[in-house]
Amino acid sequence: MSAGATLPPPGLPGLDVRFSHTIAVPGAGTDAGLVREWHYLDSGPELGRLGVTPIGTILAVHGNPTWSYLWRATVAESVRAAESGEPAWRVVAVDQVDMGFSERTDVHRPLAQRVADLDAFTRALAIDGPVVTLGHDWGGVVSLGWAVDHPDLLAGVALLNTAIHNPGGVPIPLPLRLAGARGMLAASTVATTAFLDTTLSLASPPLDASVRDAFRAPYRTADRRRAIGGFVADIPVDGRHESFAELERIAAGVARLDVPALMLWGPRDPIFSDRYLDDLVDRLPHADVHRFEGAGHLIAEDRPYADALSAWLDEHHDRLTEPRGPGREVDAGPVGPAGREDDAQSGASADPSFSPIWQRLEERRNDDAIAVVDMAPGGSRTPRRVSWRQLDDRVSRLAAGLHAVGVRKGDRVSLLVQPGATLSAVVYACLRIGAVVVVADAGLGVRGLTRAVRGSWPDVVIGETIGLTAARALGWPGIRISVARLPRVSAAALGVSYSLGDILQHGADADLPAVPAPDDDAAILFTSGSTGPAKGVAYTHRQLSALRDVLAEHFGVTEETGLVTGFAPFALLGPALGTRSVTPDMDVSSPRTLTAAAVAAAVRECDARMVFLSPAAILNVVDTAGALTPDDRDALAGVRTFLSTGAPVGTRLLESAAALMPNATPHTPYGMTECLLVTDVTLDVLREVADAPDAGVCVGSPIGSNRVLVSALDAEGRASGLPSDAPGVLGEIVVSAPHLKDHYDRLWLTDREAARDTDAPASADPDVRWHRTGDVGHLDADGRVWIEGRLPHVIVTVDGPIAPVGPEQAVERVDAVRRAAIVGVGPRLLRQVVAVVETLPPTTRPGLADPSLTRAVRDQVGLPLAAVLAVPTLPTDIRHNSKIDRSRLSLWAERMLAGSRPVAP
Amino acid sequence: MIVLVTGASGFLGCAVAAELVAGGHEVRTLQRRASGVVGAADVLGSITDADAVARATDGVDGVVHLAAKVSLAGAESEFRSVNVEGTRSLLAAAERAGVSRFVQVSSPSVAHVGSALMGVGAEPADPRRARGRYAQTKAEGELIALARDSSAMPVVAVRPHLVWGPGDTQLVERIVDRARRGRLPLLNGGTALIDSTYVNNAASGIAAALDRANEAHGRAYVLTNGEPRPVGELLAGICLAAGVQPPRWSIPAWLGRAAGAGIERVWAVRPGTDEPPMTEFLAEQLSTAHWFDQRDTRRDLSWAPSVSIDEGLSRLAEHYSR
Repeated sequence: MSAGATLPPPGLPGLDVRFSHTIAVPGAGTDAGLVREWHYLDSGPELGRLGVTPIGTILAVHGNPTWSYLWRATVAESVRAAESGEPAWRVVAVDQVDMGFSERTDVHRPLAQRVADLDAFTRALAIDGPVVTLGHDWGGVVSLGWAVDHPDLLAGVALLNTAIHNPGGVPIPLPLRLAGARGMLAASTVATTAFLDTTLSLASPPLDASVRDAFRAPYRTADRRRAIGGFVADIPVDGRHESFAELERIAAGVARLDVPALMLWGPRDPIFSDRYLDDLVDRLPHADVHRFEGAGHLIAEDRPYADALSAWLDEHHDRLTEPRGPGREVDAGPVGPAGREDDAQSGASADPSFSPIWQRLEERRNDDAIAVVDMAPGGSRTPRRVSWRQLDDRVSRLAAGLHAVGVRKGDRVSLLVQPGATLSAVVYACLRIGAVVVVADAGLGVRGLTRAVRGSWPDVVIGETIGLTAARALGWPGIRISVARLPRVSAAALGVSYSLGDILQHGADADLPAVPAPDDDAAILFTSGSTGPAKGVAYTHRQLSALRDVLAEHFGVTEETGLVTGFAPFALLGPALGTRSVTPDMDVSSPRTLTAAAVAAAVRECDARMVFLSPAAILNVVDTAGALTPDDRDALAGVRTFLSTGAPVGTRLLESAAALMPNATPHTPYGMTECLLVTDVTLDVLREVADAPDAGVCVGSPIGSNRVLVSALDAEGRASGLPSDAPGVLGEIVVSAPHLKDHYDRLWLTDREAARDTDAPASADPDVRWHRTGDVGHLDADGRVWIEGRLPHVIVTVDGPIAPVGPEQAVERVDAVRRAAIVGVGPRLLRQVVAVVETLPPTTRPGLADPSLTRAVRDQVGLPLAAVLAVPTLPTDIRHNSKIDRSRLSLWAERMLAGSRPVAP
Repeated sequence: MIVLVTGASGFLGCAVAAELVAGGHEVRTLQRRASGVVGAADVLGSITDADAVARATDGVDGVVHLAAKVSLAGAESEFRSVNVEGTRSLLAAAERAGVSRFVQVSSPSVAHVGSALMGVGAEPADPRRARGRYAQTKAEGELIALARDSSAMPVVAVRPHLVWGPGDTQLVERIVDRARRGRLPLLNGGTALIDSTYVNNAASGIAAALDRANEAHGRAYVLTNGEPRPVGELLAGICLAAGVQPPRWSIPAWLGRAAGAGIERVWAVRPGTDEPPMTEFLAEQLSTAHWFDQRDTRRDLSWAPSVSIDEGLSRLAEHYSR
């Protein structure tokens, strides 16, 4: 009944017939004594023809229900590299037996047999090391089976959406449960092409019809599809399944691997979701991981995985090619789940340059002075005051309690708690035990927040009822801990395991675990998402402590300073700085709710010398200044330092705010989620440079030991210049600081891009880490930094790149213009520059600006403008009231100028 | 070089002939009426008259072919005899006369299919899909001309887009006249971004094509000022230069197109004495973006426009104030 291997039909898109081969393989396991014919793709003979000796072999294993065609891009890349004289890996991509164009047999093939089959194949082909395995879907499991069985050959493992374990108690994904149900199985997988078609439909963007046909080519008849059903039936639903033991064996072996590992993941996968990625990351914590937001199960079709793979092979070239021998894998260090146990002496005390973030809090543990105040806890009018003694006690008990209920170093704790004393206590408790706090701003919106939380895959979620309701409704992962004690029914409905009260009780007489090491991960903060999907930014303890120290030193914060923190990230730093901090009465997710009187009340409460506000909050504070009483004004007169943090604000707004705090020095530091404090500028300096010829917003000079360089933009608008301190050059701002983020979470490619070309001469220093900010601007002759926009908003015209902020400032000098945005329309490299303005008085209809305004704008702007459009209001970024959404506006302007019916942007 | 300019009594032809005279060429012209170009020798006759064409091409080194039936309405046979057959017979005569370079003046509309064009280059002419009889027959003419490109007689096609300037009766006068009578609506608020070409730039670009025929032959080039403007802004600029009130009312583009198509049908059976007030083609031109990638044109023809749109509008205002 068996049908031998065949060759695929010629003309399949992207597949060169020269790569197709068949081989007769002496069978193993149940096939012992038989010979099986395999079809496989192999770049080896082409490399041989080109006279290139490969670095090693990539052994690629497809999943169900695809075939080696999935790997055509990597095979082609192998030959391309060889042809252009670069070092090349040989790529061998198999069609598993009964799949693709390999032999059809009537033999049942559970996982162990599949692993044995692959071993038989590599023996027959006499594959020698080093080998990097590459697998997708259940092919990932089979490839890992081969990997753990061949430590002498194995150099690395690469995985695309796969799973090697069903975490306890978690049902297998619904689509597979349905496909595996009796009756459904045969119907969906074999008799019809439903399972095949469903899998192919998971590609986003959708596959070309010709590619879809190529995937279907070997599965035209029910006979040829039989193994698709076999694979689905082989998914171990529970411990009684025949393949369970083999899966457990492989899973345990993987946790002992210490070879370089790469995981490329499409999170929009109904089957191999983030849950399985998280499990694999636990087993291979050293892996390089990239989640392609928006991509799905067929990641190899959705994204340029082959480019990512070759970048990874280059980066790890030395490790991948070092000599290896049998038995190497067993002496792997403390990795995998077993390695998560606390190392008794991983403490930080040995490092003199480092003191833990909770140091000052601990120093004041017997102090009854006030540490933290919430002016309006939970919307109530009565301030809540917490002393240093209370806060330290609360932190210690929560820390011990969290540890007692099983939260361990490295576990991720997602916090859905409003800033205030409770959040502070929970954050310091987590940091103390080495749990990684995950903080995503509610301003991301439900969709953004869900993506952020799912992407970071927390082990624990601590939240207020509203956050937990969302967590439940949206299926966010993690053990749920409620801030408030909930009635049993509600707790059950929300899937809540503990309240913070329970945790405190558990912590009452429990011991604290050892402290984390300085270079352990401490926190993951999410970017605003104003320029693409929110990214998780990971900080270590050392970097958090450095942030505290640079803040204290630069702004002269002492025990007596007193902070009013209307800007979330800094609200948490009060206890670390050892000074009292007050959260004013406001809805922190909506900065515009902060009034001048609320700021004054907070200042009075703790005799604060320092006030932090976000730009959006400042607008409202200035607008509500009329309601200030003489008492309020007296209190505000005590402020010595005032910081606008979050985004640069105009001199005029800063002056209005400064007028309310006449004795304060106003500062507007520049930073981003990845590096919260880069430069700083005072109002006095802003006044000094007001007449400077520089385009953009002056954000001052680097703070402390921070450094700022510029990577020049080329004619095509790419930041291709080597980072340099040359003044007057427009380019991407590149920064370094001791408190710069450690890495992006599960975004390996983004990490690489952020550090691209930062080992250039001006930036060369092995101890300094650099980060490309995505902001564009220039340095002036005094080393001050001027920001001129975001890299994606640079308009690349025939005459070169144009950054928007400078021309916007010029346009805003026209009397009839309230606000302006400069955007581009048309194809890349041929963009036409367009000014879009809000007018005074406001226009009621969007359209062409009137001729006199158009002339005034053209005269003022100093560069060729294709059009001047007037709108009632410019679209503003949801996160930043002050930031115009140029990306959206540019799409709108393009539609308008193509001749569409005028509508508001 | 002795250069024959056909259609030199027209707005652009006249400017091209003058440009070539100024460039030191010996210029001969061919058209039915006197060209009025100082320093050029007129051969009077129609491009459809083989004898006149033979006389005009005799002893000539270069040809710039502008003569065409340019209109928004009319019988197909009229367009065909001038724009297709006239071009064919001129090419044949030029070859016989040993002409060493030939510039076919064409129009970007030969490659238009009605959708918005943003930053595109010179796509191949497409008589089947071009809109309207003028564009269709010009497309055929361009293909015929480029097919005759050879090392003996290099052929370059140049497509100036929306040529305007002082003395233009085709475009500027009509705009001004309609605006004066309140019959010039904007379509969709006049925001469509369009390229245009000030007449002197078009003339110098065509002269550059003649000059560079050996390097640029066998291809078509779109020629513009490289300063796209919203159609409403350009119309307003022209009206203000002429001292009339710019258009103030806007109708939806679909309505303009539908009205244009209706009027074209009525005109076909009961032609008016003037051009129809609106055609579907014109409605399309006034409501969709048309702007072009000028990099190849400027590089291959070693040419750049010398009169900006603002400067052109001041010259237009000066013309009307006289």
